[in-house]
Amino acid sequence: MTSPTLRIDDLRLSFRTWRGLTEVLHGVSLHIRKGERVALVGESGSGKSVTARIVLGLLQELKSSRIDGVVEFEGRDLEKLSAAERHKLRGTKMSMIFQDPTTALNPVYTIGMQFREVLGRRVKGISQRQARDVATAALADVSIRDADRILASYPFQLSGGMNQRVMIAMALANEPSLLIADEPGTALDVTVQAQTLQLMRALVERHQTAVLFISHNLGVVREFADRVYVIYKGRIVEHGTAVGLFADPRHPYTRALMEAVPHITGGGIPEIDEESAAFSAPMAVHEGCAEPGASA
Amino acid sequence: MIVLIGVSMLIFAIARVIPGDPARIALGPNATAEQVADLREKLHLNAPVVVQYGIFLRDLFHGDLGQSLYTNRAVTTDIAQFLPATLELVFVSGFMMIVLGLPLGVLSARYRGRWIDTAIRLVSLLGVSAPSFVWAVIFMLLFAFYLPIFPIAGQISDTIKLPAVTGFVMIDALIAGNLAAFFDALRHIILPAFSLALAGIGQAARLTRSSMVETYEKPFIEMARSYGFMESRIASHFALRPSLIPSLTVIGLDFAALLANAFLVEQVFAWPGLSRYGVQVILRKDLNAIVGTVLVISAMFLIVNIVVDLLIAFINPRIRLSQRPA
Repeated sequence: MTSPTLRIDDLRLSFRTWRGLTEVLHGVSLHIRKGERVALVGESGSGKSVTARIVLGLLQELKSSRIDGVVEFEGRDLEKLSAAERHKLRGTKMSMIFQDPTTALNPVYTIGMQFREVLGRRVKGISQRQARDVATAALADVSIRDADRILASYPFQLSGGMNQRVMIAMALANEPSLLIADEPGTALDVTVQAQTLQLMRALVERHQTAVLFISHNLGVVREFADRVYVIYKGRIVEHGTAVGLFADPRHPYTRALMEAVPHITGGGIPEIDEESAAFSAPMAVHEGCAEPGASA
Repeated sequence: MIVLIGVSMLIFAIARVIPGDPARIALGPNATAEQVADLREKLHLNAPVVVQYGIFLRDLFHGDLGQSLYTNRAVTTDIAQFLPATLELVFVSGFMMIVLGLPLGVLSARYRGRWIDTAIRLVSLLGVSAPSFVWAVIFMLLFAFYLPIFPIAGQISDTIKLPAVTGFVMIDALIAGNLAAFFDALRHIILPAFSLALAGIGQAARLTRSSMVETYEKPFIEMARSYGFMESRIASHFALRPSLIPSLTVIGLDFAALLANAFLVEQVFAWPGLSRYGVQVILRKDLNAIVGTVLVISAMFLIVNIVVDLLIAFINPRIRLSQRPA
């Protein structure tokens, strides 16, 4: 079997504070195969976003962080790569989509200029015309027809949904093998979020892009992901296929998380304990979902 | 324009309220009472202030700011003679402010928390907290007296004679093709311009730093990082431009403030400029000259502000585009 696009093994992250080391990730392991969409689900502060940022190598630059464990990208251990080699991967082989599309785009440059910057990561010194052609094609992929107008616009002139599409187009323009989506579209309203997710899904399917999908929205995850990891307080508590996990949530925390979704048919906001001893129960792994290369 | 009229009224009133009889000061202690009375009549000093202002406005629209009692020449002639030197000083100073202040701020934000940041912040704080004439004296002592690298005073060495074309000594030297004279003038301007600019450099560096630090927190910077752009490129390209707006506003204000600070620095370095002229005419209560000098300085203040506003609009598309319908 070829090595998975992304494999994380026993990842630990601590921050140095004035009181000593505080560990926030206690040995996270996950993997994503080529073209697979994997969701990492958990509440705020559970360690979803830091995991994504470690994969991109953004946290390693922080002086106060200490990272242990293995992060392998297409069979290469990222920790063993030089800084320059890691740098090269970013924006070309892996890219990221952010929560709020409007603030994630630079306010003082037009979409076209930003596109050109991003495309320039793969093709050094790409010409303006070439960049425009690629950008126009990428925008067409996210159902934007009047690319010329969009490319000449500044982010604040476009709607949130439009910016989200632009960001998806930008993230996929260099045909990365891994796309990290950190709560994409959480800042958008639900209908727009659904539309853009549909677009994204069609695109990653077509390009066989592996996706690490970070979310707290179970409904979205159920629609989008093939496999799901549930993370709680820096530990993976349950891992299974999306179908299996939603049909048969085994870990107490997963069940609590599912109950926490308010129902439109009434019942109001459910009461869930903030902490519970049961949440610290050992990890529940669904059949056929073992980590490759791991002993367990 | 409205601002200028306001300023002229204000300064006109203030100049007339300060105690001391201008005619008496101009004529000296030996003048007779009749001579003083004559001069007062000639200067319309006996008329009510409002009438005096009316006369002043009438003359102003004829391009006449009256006679200076001190130099006995038209105030406009005096200003034309002294203004270029001041402008030269202020422009060189402003140039230093931009080419030193902005990059220092960028460096400081880029290496936040490292020694280079601490050093830059310390220097900027020193620059901001001591007035420019103190620096003028310190620099004069250090670099012109103990270590005679730079000339101690004046705009250019006395031995060099240049045809006055524009009145700007450095430009005149270039026009005359006299490089030696140009570098001589350059050496003369460095100390006064730098002591004048120091506060502005500090101010610009501090503001650029804090505004860049704020920009660095924005999601689009993380996005740029996630796309693997080099830190240096992020600093100079992605973070700087959104941060420039507050810096530019302050640089604009400081640029105008240079004109005011130039009063003392010109005094220290015996710079033959308008500000020094201003100090002298104030001391002599030379009404026409005071009003003329202040008017010219406020006009420059306004011009600088307009230029800054235009620049900001150029840099910030939000402002530029909001002016026309979408």
